[in-house]
Amino acid sequence: MYDFEYSKPSTLADAVNALVSDGDAKALAGGMTFIPVLKQRLNKPSAIVDLSGLDLSGIKLEADKLVIGAMTPHGTVAMSPDVKKSIPALADLAGNIGDRQVRYRGTIGGSLANNDPSACYPSAVLALGATIKTDQREISAEDFFQGMFTTSLNPGELITEVHFPIAERAAYMKFANPASRYAMVGVFVAKTKSGVRVAVTGAGQNGVFRHKEFEDALNKSFTAAALDGIKTSADILNGDIHGSAEYRAHLIGVMAKRAVTAASA
Amino acid sequence: MVVDGIGVSVRRKEDLRFLSGRGNYVDDINRPGQVYAHFLRSDQPHGKINSINMAEAAKMPGVIAIFTGEDFSQVGGIPCGWQIHSKDGSPMVEPRHPVLAHGKVRHVGDPIALVVAATKQQAKDAAEAIVLDIESLPAVASLGAALAPGAPLVHDEAAGNICFDWQIGDAAAVAAGFAKAHKIVKLDLVNNRLIANAMEPRAAIGEYDVSSGEYTLYTTSQNPHVIRLLMGAFVLQIPEHKLRVVAPDVGGGFGSKIFHYAEEAALTWAAARVKRPIKWTADRSEAFVTDAHGRDHVSVAELALDADGKFLALKVKTQANMGAYLSTFAPSVPTYLSATLLAGVYATPAIHAEVTAVFTNTVPVDAYRGAGRPEATFLLERIVDLAARELNMDRVEIRRKNFIPKDAFPYQTPIALQYDSGDYDATFDAALAASDYAGFEARRKQSAAKGKLRGIGISTYVEACGIAPSAVAGALGARAGLYEVANIRVHPTGSVTVFTGAHSHGQGHETTFAQLVSEQLGVPHDQVDIVHGDTSKIPFGMGTYGSRSLAVGGSAMVKAMDKIITKGKKIAAHLLEADVHDIEFKDGKFSVVGTDRAKAFAEIALTAYVPHNYPIEELEPGLEETAFYDPKNFTYPGGCHIAEVEIDPDTGVVSLLRFTAVDDIGRVINPMIVEGQVQGGIAQGIGQALLEHAIYDKSGQLLSGSMMDYTMPRADNIPNILVGTETTLCTHNPLGSKGVGEVGAIGSPPAVINAVVDALRDFNVSHIDMPATADKIWAIIEANRPKMAAE
Repeated sequence: MYDFEYSKPSTLADAVNALVSDGDAKALAGGMTFIPVLKQRLNKPSAIVDLSGLDLSGIKLEADKLVIGAMTPHGTVAMSPDVKKSIPALADLAGNIGDRQVRYRGTIGGSLANNDPSACYPSAVLALGATIKTDQREISAEDFFQGMFTTSLNPGELITEVHFPIAERAAYMKFANPASRYAMVGVFVAKTKSGVRVAVTGAGQNGVFRHKEFEDALNKSFTAAALDGIKTSADILNGDIHGSAEYRAHLIGVMAKRAVTAASA
Repeated sequence: MVVDGIGVSVRRKEDLRFLSGRGNYVDDINRPGQVYAHFLRSDQPHGKINSINMAEAAKMPGVIAIFTGEDFSQVGGIPCGWQIHSKDGSPMVEPRHPVLAHGKVRHVGDPIALVVAATKQQAKDAAEAIVLDIESLPAVASLGAALAPGAPLVHDEAAGNICFDWQIGDAAAVAAGFAKAHKIVKLDLVNNRLIANAMEPRAAIGEYDVSSGEYTLYTTSQNPHVIRLLMGAFVLQIPEHKLRVVAPDVGGGFGSKIFHYAEEAALTWAAARVKRPIKWTADRSEAFVTDAHGRDHVSVAELALDADGKFLALKVKTQANMGAYLSTFAPSVPTYLSATLLAGVYATPAIHAEVTAVFTNTVPVDAYRGAGRPEATFLLERIVDLAARELNMDRVEIRRKNFIPKDAFPYQTPIALQYDSGDYDATFDAALAASDYAGFEARRKQSAAKGKLRGIGISTYVEACGIAPSAVAGALGARAGLYEVANIRVHPTGSVTVFTGAHSHGQGHETTFAQLVSEQLGVPHDQVDIVHGDTSKIPFGMGTYGSRSLAVGGSAMVKAMDKIITKGKKIAAHLLEADVHDIEFKDGKFSVVGTDRAKAFAEIALTAYVPHNYPIEELEPGLEETAFYDPKNFTYPGGCHIAEVEIDPDTGVVSLLRFTAVDDIGRVINPMIVEGQVQGGIAQGIGQALLEHAIYDKSGQLLSGSMMDYTMPRADNIPNILVGTETTLCTHNPLGSKGVGEVGAIGSPPAVINAVVDALRDFNVSHIDMPATADKIWAIIEANRPKMAAE
């Protein structure tokens, strides 16, 4: 690592101020992505602002939505009775991120702010139509994701909570990269108040995206069979040593069907 | 007290310190006044070094010295320990391998500068401030690219990028066999490039004592004496008595820690220049581009058979990637450690093999668990399966028909090796039974009912290890002897210390070697101490690799203990006032035959060191003996591995459901450790077959440069492995042991791939190269789907 100044503010205002006043300062959530980046000297922040003193961890189940604090670790979401009761697909997703050590520290806020194109959470947020609450405003899922590693957050703007509307049915199916175990293809299917939404992570060149053809078919019939014969274009998908774009296109269909089947169970 | 001898699953003594974080690894060692090293490495595969500007770097905080290839131009290059000659008799091309890159960089990871500073951080900061002017040159990363006409040269002196062009066997006999063949089966195959990834990355501390003039190198090595010899004699010209090499606890090697690496020489030399101990620990990213890689062969094989499916002749042509420089054992791996195994368990009468070794702009390639034998076994077991398929013969029957029968031993193969003992039907039958091979068809139908494709694959293998008879090895090009040594020191109170040239880096020698002493001398296991790894403490030994520690090192111990017993009998005869020929040693006691008059081992020991009532005219005091054991032959473990897989046709994912291994490793010392060795080797074999692949792009960049992209096997990739043994003893060493360290990695890959090909029997697939990844399998299924529909 390079040298940096470290602080752990206890108020949101102090944290925002530390980030806004120094353009080279960076926020630290769980550190499960950021610490390896620092160790490999891929980033040289002047200062690190540790968000763990801001009391942003916690889960609240309200009448029609689930509110998850930005600093809530994946393991907490995975084991939460409230999450399992209201959106069990979210608990499954969180429970399959990384490994146990990662799940003790990695956070939903950190994952969303980073918007790694292989991360799982973006697909849940986009498919469930969640709202991201920051210290400044509320951002809809549609407006939040701007391409890989890019979000609509302003410099120094911090996510405080994520509000998930409770879906009628939902499931997440992840095809893991055999080496990294990140999502090579991750499909989150949700039957929401405004219809079926299907969000795909892992495969797209621009990060998470909604699959319109699948949504149209599932709106007509929420069955795996409804997706038969619908091909996903490989044009916007990644190809690498782990699989071609065509293979990922195929996997999207397979994972989507499995998610629909699981959601219908 | 319990005497834990041969055949007992004694719990490992090493485990207490390893499992409680109290191991003593190189990185745990801190020398007074030590400073730290960081190596600046090339990020280009091939380039001309125009200049290295260290002006800014040298001024940075904490920097003590910066060295480059220019500083090492007066010392020797890193030597190769095995010389191969080409067909025309000319010796292999052996380009200089400078300690630090000089003139050119030849692979991503090639070290350019050594920065020494007060802290690791400071060394890294300074390295980043070094300004390099490296003119990019076209690179060749693959065998195909390197051998293409007009390809850029990795070394000017190696025309066509060829290091050597070697052969073995009888081409005329093979031609005659092919001429009368009923069927010729041909197969192109690749043995995929691998990275060992031992849990502990490499580390080293170089130190120089100004008052004694002695150098000390602490290093993560499998063979400290070999490092002392190579580095002292060939690189730095330090006399042996002034150079001490210590390999303490080492966290796994699998071959990658055999070789003398540039960092060792650089740090040892630099320590004398800066007069401070210098410590270096690789990080994982560094390990990926600097530890020797493994395998990387491309072969064409042809097998000639008669109408009954008997093998008449085998012809093999292999291209082997050496990487950018010759690593210590590299030339021997595809030649004498591989081509000589092409008879396998079969009585094929005529065999001819050719090997072309090639330089590329990649990390040097050398031995990795199995070292040449997995390559030979994979080739053989794949072509045998293919032959069965093309002749419409059963895969079990074609093998059995061609086995070397158990009454044919010692069996002289047509390619140099003479197997001493083996019973291939025994391991075969045991594995077929244990794996419930007969019940497979029913299981296949059950899988099919669930929409899955199930396959079963067999591999029958023999390998050559227990390296090696010195004269034979020397005649074949080895530049060192390959005996092993044991110094057995009995202490006055009867406890024993064994000083061995073998090295334990996961094998459990502290436990198993002590079992040998318990067995032969009757000394309780907890009173036996095994010392290894420090050249100042142990006589000259050759280290641990090639599954040699028990077969060669253990045999040396037996010989030394024989001498102890011989001397003990003389002492006992004196004490018991009997003739030495009437003394027998049994159950830890020296007794007069036919009487109950006896002396315990401990009493004899004490007498040896307090020689009051003692035959002092004929016998010196003390009870300590040394034996150097040079094996008469290699040893030949063999066996049968059977894998059962299930493929999900929707995703192409191959799940390994069952794995059965029955191996004949000669006499078993510790069954628990044998099981662990076999399981570990199989895990690495499964890794090779389904997951691992070190991939370079055309330009010479390593695409699989971290754990994010290099797929190591995890626990959920490995099923419960059934391990069994059958035993035919090694006939030429006193233990009868054949070695077990590598059999798992040798026998397993073809079993897995044979199972995958079997699972895809309806998809027009005759061969799949490793790793059989999901995307590869899916593409095969996709490509053959229209064919399926048409049928």
